[in-house]
Amino acid sequence: MKAESILSKILESGAFAVTGELGPPKSADAEVIKRKAAILKGYVDAVNITDNQTSIVRMSSIASGAILVQLGLEPIIQMTCRDRNRIAMQSDLLGAYALGARNLLCLTGDHQVFGNHPQAKNVFDLDSIQLVQMMRAMRDEKKFQCGEDIALEPRFFLGAAENPFADPFDFRALRLAKKVKAGADFIQTQIIYNVPKFVEWMKMVRELGLHQQVKILAGVSPLKSPAVARYMRDKVPGMDVPDEIVERMERAPKEERKAQGIQICVDVINQVREIQGVAGVHIMAVEWEEAVPEITKKAGLLPRPAF
Amino acid sequence: MIIAQQKPLEEIKGLLANYQRVLIAGCGTCVTVCFAGGEKEVGILASSLRMAFQVDGDPKDIREATVQRQCEWEYIEAIAEQVQQADVVLSLACGIGVQTMAERFRGKRLLPGLNTAFLGYPVEQGVWKENCAACGNCVLDKTGGICPIARCSKSLLNGPCGGSHDGKCEISDDVECAWDQIYQRLKELGLLDNMLEIMPPKDWSTGRAGGPKRIVREDLRPLSMGAGEHLSMGADEQGSEGSTLAPL
Repeated sequence: MKAESILSKILESGAFAVTGELGPPKSADAEVIKRKAAILKGYVDAVNITDNQTSIVRMSSIASGAILVQLGLEPIIQMTCRDRNRIAMQSDLLGAYALGARNLLCLTGDHQVFGNHPQAKNVFDLDSIQLVQMMRAMRDEKKFQCGEDIALEPRFFLGAAENPFADPFDFRALRLAKKVKAGADFIQTQIIYNVPKFVEWMKMVRELGLHQQVKILAGVSPLKSPAVARYMRDKVPGMDVPDEIVERMERAPKEERKAQGIQICVDVINQVREIQGVAGVHIMAVEWEEAVPEITKKAGLLPRPAF
Repeated sequence: MIIAQQKPLEEIKGLLANYQRVLIAGCGTCVTVCFAGGEKEVGILASSLRMAFQVDGDPKDIREATVQRQCEWEYIEAIAEQVQQADVVLSLACGIGVQTMAERFRGKRLLPGLNTAFLGYPVEQGVWKENCAACGNCVLDKTGGICPIARCSKSLLNGPCGGSHDGKCEISDDVECAWDQIYQRLKELGLLDNMLEIMPPKDWSTGRAGGPKRIVREDLRPLSMGAGEHLSMGADEQGSEGSTLAPL
């Protein structure tokens, strides 16, 4: 066993995994974490804790994750390369492991220009692939990045993200191969609305045999309103929202829009779980955690396996 | 070359407010080529400032001088007298020129009239692009001649990240995705395999992270012994073995 997380055990067992996402508060209020955790508990196998998502300062991913551990919920610590150099990353992740975190998602990170401190200096000492590689060596070779030995190594179940909708499309499966080679155990994808394109990407992934080397969790997210759908289609780089999805949101009567958003999410889950090589779904309902119980219920993902 | 931009006139006026005799010193090299601080720009700025201070009822004695290179002592010697006569020198050189002047003319107040922007080149008339980060450890052999350190917003070595779309960077549609360009270039060159290799963490110590740098070339130092020995060395040997990069 490479890692000790519940998520890794579920995926190894061949069960279809479900992960959720929790955005820490823009404050020092632990109650927010507890409230959101209570909503998600029992409906997902593990919960991603975002790391200053879109470069907006929030409570730290590791601190929030430690609160989740206390609550008996398994966190997936997200760590970006934007804010820490290799010294801080290794140090913080030793601490995260000591606090009970067992899953790690290694990300490049959004550029700080998107956030609330656009004048900040970024770091990007490593990139996401090098971060995976470093954490794998810490776990499997018991070595720090510099080559020195670690007495007690952090044994994280290592994740990375991939965006099948970013360009150049032809390179996206090959880049996934690099992440697998670096040591990724699981992958969470960008939010999928364009299922045919995701199908095409998965075909390339299977041709490279990657689905047998890494557990791929398809990213999904419920849309709250037609405005959000349009914004994601038009303004968010790396997002692919087909017009048909936007129109479905627009056609719904106002009071049924949220239900429509949930239904689209459930439809996407039902489609992607049929694709060979998809090992689970990652439901991103940040600031709408209440949607997760309904989505998982409607998609027939309950009850979650016990490990 | 070094690309720079003139500071806003109001800022320059503020810098000069408390001085009477001003020397505006231009530089004939990089900043002349990028139209920021050559003889012509010195003339235009001097006229603008004379007029502006005149309008404000605070006329100043503003003089002009341009040297071939402000970053070498032997060139700035040519304006030593004009510098001494001024209360203040507004240098329209890059930051290197300003510092060289400040070091040579220690008793004199040296002020920067430009913001030094980056190392780059003109891509078309009136447009300059950054393309070198002076990282001290060139990777262009692996990236098809496109620098990911300077050209990728995140200086990634294993890009493109998930924000790359239609050849553009996530930070702005005005910024090209360097890794998209690298991908296209390597494809053209039949070298796409380069991108399948994981580039290891970079040793940043050869760049800014390692502290201020200096290069010492013993073969070029006038006081170094064994000159005859060096004379017999080939160019390649001088470049590699004859040079050291050491922190100050």
